[in-house]
Parts: sequence; structure tokens; C-alpha cells
Amino acid sequence: MDTRDEMMRRILAALPDAQVTLSDMTGGGDHWEGQVVSASFAGQSRITRYRAVYAALGDLMPIRVHAFTFKALTPAEAGE
Amino acid sequence: MDQPTRDRIHRMVTTYPVMLFMKGTPEEPRCGFSAKVAQILKYQGTRFASYDVLADPMVREGIKEYGQWPTIPQLYVNGELVGGSDIISELFESGELADVLGKAGPMPEPAQS
Repeated sequence: MDTRDEMMRRILAALPDAQVTLSDMTGGGDHWEGQVVSASFAGQSRITRYRAVYAALGDLMPIRVHAFTFKALTPAEAGE
Repeated sequence: MDQPTRDRIHRMVTTYPVMLFMKGTPEEPRCGFSAKVAQILKYQGTRFASYDVLADPMVREGIKEYGQWPTIPQLYVNGELVGGSDIISELFESGELADVLGKAGPMPEPAQS
């Protein structure tokens, strides 16, 4: 499974309602940026939100995914 | 992480009210994300201590466990993890970072040798 699909699969396994966008910053498949939008982030601190996403990615980081820069937003914050 | 490493990290984050763990130094950062956070802190005019994890494999791994955070850089204020480069950038852009840094205690003066 390619890295994008695997990241997507793991995030959705942990946050089933998430709207996830990912883009490969370098074309090398190891530096990603994107956005994770989930209603489960409501009322959570930034730290808690990021930890949830990092926990979902698990051992993909830091080897296959060297860096993942992203925003973790609720649907309201994302303007949906 | 072994206890001496945990103790060392703990001492750094409790000694320095604004403590940045980064790759390289503020003057010579070795990673774009670390560079960004150091640049933001300088822009804010904040005095901060930094530690180059590339020079210390024990701390490089240990800080991830200590902070329950898988990436570097990590910024601590008053002993608490505030975040990595994404969070620090967001706080900077929203103007909240000044408030967070404003709560930091005074930096200790360098020890006289």
C-alpha cells in the first residue's frame, strides 16, 4: 500500500468521521502536509488533537513519514 | 529512556522557562521545522534556551517519550510541552503565542565560571 493510502487508512481507523487531505511536499513520499477535520476535535486542546493524529499514524513516523505538517480542525473551524 | 536521560531532560525544561529542543542551533538550524520555531521565538523577542538533539542521541530519542510527542522540534514553556512547529506556527499566526510566552518565568542568568 502506498504511503498516502496507508496514512489515510490509519487516520480514518482512529477518526472515522475525518475529512483528510494529504499532499506530498517533495514527491518523495516522506514529507507530507495536509489537514485533518474531525468533529471529535471539538473541545480538545491543540496538543490533544495532534497527539490523536500522531497516535493514529503510529509507526509510520518517523521512518516512512519523516515529516507531516498539518492542521487539526473541527468542521466549524474548517468553515464547513 | 533511562532515568539519567529523563532527569536531564526534566532539569532542562524546569530550569529554562522557555526551552526549545531542536535539530541544530538557532544560529545554525539543521532542519526547516526547527528553524521556523527558532525564528518565531527570535521574532517575538523571547529569551530562550535551546538544545541540539542531533548532538545527543539519548535526548533525541528520549524527548519523544518525555513529551509523548513523536517529532522534533518541541517547545516547552514552564516545563509544559506547548507543541511542535505546526502548533507554534498556529499560535504565532493567531497572536496567542505572545500570551503563552508572557506567562514564562524569568530566564536564569548564566552561571558564573
